[in-house]
Amino acid sequence: MSTTLLIVQILNGLQLGVLLFLIAAGLTLVFGVMDFINLAHGVQYMLGAYLAVMFYGLTGSFVAALVLALLASLGCGLLLEFVVFRHLYDRDHLDQVIATFGIILFLNQGVKLVWGAAPLSLPIPEALSGSVVLMPGLLYPVWRIVIIASGLAAGLVLYGLVAHTRIGMLVRAGATNATMVSALGVDIRRLFMIVFGFGTMLAGFAGIMIAPILSVEPGMGDTILILAFVVIVIGGIGSIRGAFIAALLIGLVDTLGRSFAVDILRLFLAPSPARTVAPALASMLIYLLMAVVLFLRPSGLFPARGR
Amino acid sequence: MPLLLFIALAVVPPLASMAGQAHVTGLFARGMIFALAALGLDLLVGYGALVSFGHAAFVGLGAYTVAILGAHGIHDAAVVVPVAVVAAAAFAAATGAISLRTRGVYFIMITLAFGQMAFFTASSLAPYGGDDGLTVSTRTTLFGYAPLGRDVALYYVIFAVLACAYGLMRFLVASRFGRVFRAAKENPVRVAALGFDVYRFQLAAYMVSGVVGALAGVLLANATEFVSPAYMSWRRSGELIIMVLLGGMGSLHGAIIGALAFLLLEEWLAGVTEHWKIIFGPLLVVVVLFARGGLVGIGAALARRWWRG
Repeated sequence: MSTTLLIVQILNGLQLGVLLFLIAAGLTLVFGVMDFINLAHGVQYMLGAYLAVMFYGLTGSFVAALVLALLASLGCGLLLEFVVFRHLYDRDHLDQVIATFGIILFLNQGVKLVWGAAPLSLPIPEALSGSVVLMPGLLYPVWRIVIIASGLAAGLVLYGLVAHTRIGMLVRAGATNATMVSALGVDIRRLFMIVFGFGTMLAGFAGIMIAPILSVEPGMGDTILILAFVVIVIGGIGSIRGAFIAALLIGLVDTLGRSFAVDILRLFLAPSPARTVAPALASMLIYLLMAVVLFLRPSGLFPARGR
Repeated sequence: MPLLLFIALAVVPPLASMAGQAHVTGLFARGMIFALAALGLDLLVGYGALVSFGHAAFVGLGAYTVAILGAHGIHDAAVVVPVAVVAAAAFAAATGAISLRTRGVYFIMITLAFGQMAFFTASSLAPYGGDDGLTVSTRTTLFGYAPLGRDVALYYVIFAVLACAYGLMRFLVASRFGRVFRAAKENPVRVAALGFDVYRFQLAAYMVSGVVGALAGVLLANATEFVSPAYMSWRRSGELIIMVLLGGMGSLHGAIIGALAFLLLEEWLAGVTEHWKIIFGPLLVVVVLFARGGLVGIGAALARRWWRG
């Protein structure tokens, strides 16, 4: 377990963390403000990646692909909101779960139909494709640093919006008590739509940024959706700050757990059982973490007040 | 309605063999196994508002009991079933004791967490197949006899278990226990104020539900003659919830109808087009938007209209 490897894995953990944050932020806001469980949030991440691949193929420029894919993600999100989701806001959580699950099935299969089942890839922009030397003997790909930086930047922008603008104030108020906000004369439906659109765009952005280093394939949103739910539940539903901290925590725990579980277990176990148990234990780690957090704090680490 | 359902299920094998479509029997057998698991889940979801998103773990537990004991040469139901029941009850007691401290979405997520832990534990069982799963070489026997050897016999065993479980559930929700449990769904504070320990009632229901799930797992391992960690995946848990809701929760026979409808629809649509999910997905949305109360709800509404003329 060398220091270099540790640093690389911490950076990888951070990268997974900011990615999760981008997805979880939208999810927690939609959930917190509208009390709406949107399982289809993961598909919107997938859609972002696919749209980026498509627009890159059309324009040949990553920046153009980024902008167009963001706009298209927003469009898809608002379309879904208009056609399906707005009929579900005052429904039971379970109804929302089924309907959005139906949308997952539809879009996963739709993507397969349009772009094929084979994984696609998106090249890293030329200027950002190399690696940099962070320390003597430590090379790290620039693009991953770009992901970390843009995720942190998005987090800062979000923090500024939520904490220091009028619309952010309404969002926070909505997360605490949506009925009261509506009674005070705020058009809550419009607020919902803004929050929803913004969340969709963040998820799409995450998909676009990760596309160059992951393969773009149907179903890529499903696993990340579960992780994002783990994040918002640990962080406390409706809390951006909670989502941010929990996302980094999950990213680091998961990545470090996977890389070092064998080494750590070998301190206690013989090599061969350690090698068998370690992968399972590493995959389990974040769920153990969630169970412990919920055991100690049944509403997550930073519950939005008043719920 | 439930009676008609069971009569219809009872005549499936002879009709299927008459029509020369023997595989239909297998399809319905699988449907009834999932119906059994969904029935157990309906007790929690429909009568207790406790949405367990880790229910596939219990099914997997039952299935793995068959496979693991089988790998050690133990095939008799007299051992397998009690072991599965005790294992499921113990797992439910341990996870339920923690999960039931939380409410609503947090409950959904913590049960998911335990389900995932069971899933990853199963995939790490290298001696028992790990990720790849394990073949069940011999079906469960009963005191040395092999009544499950033929598919039709297995079908009727599954049928009998499902019917018994249905009767038991009916009895349970109507009993004093069931009334307290249902009241706790509506207003837990008030039930607690009446002197009932809501937590204990919910834990007991969680254990009953888990045991029913494990029984379904025992049958599933016998029907497919194979177990794998995929039985415990969160997708499976999600499907079970969808079966309950599709049929109409809180009616028991709704869960059975939902499970059968889900599997039959899947089978039928998969035969029509390989992209069947593109039809199935929107269908779920339509059912949610326009048919409150699931398929049972639609049936009831149609029946009312028909009575009025």
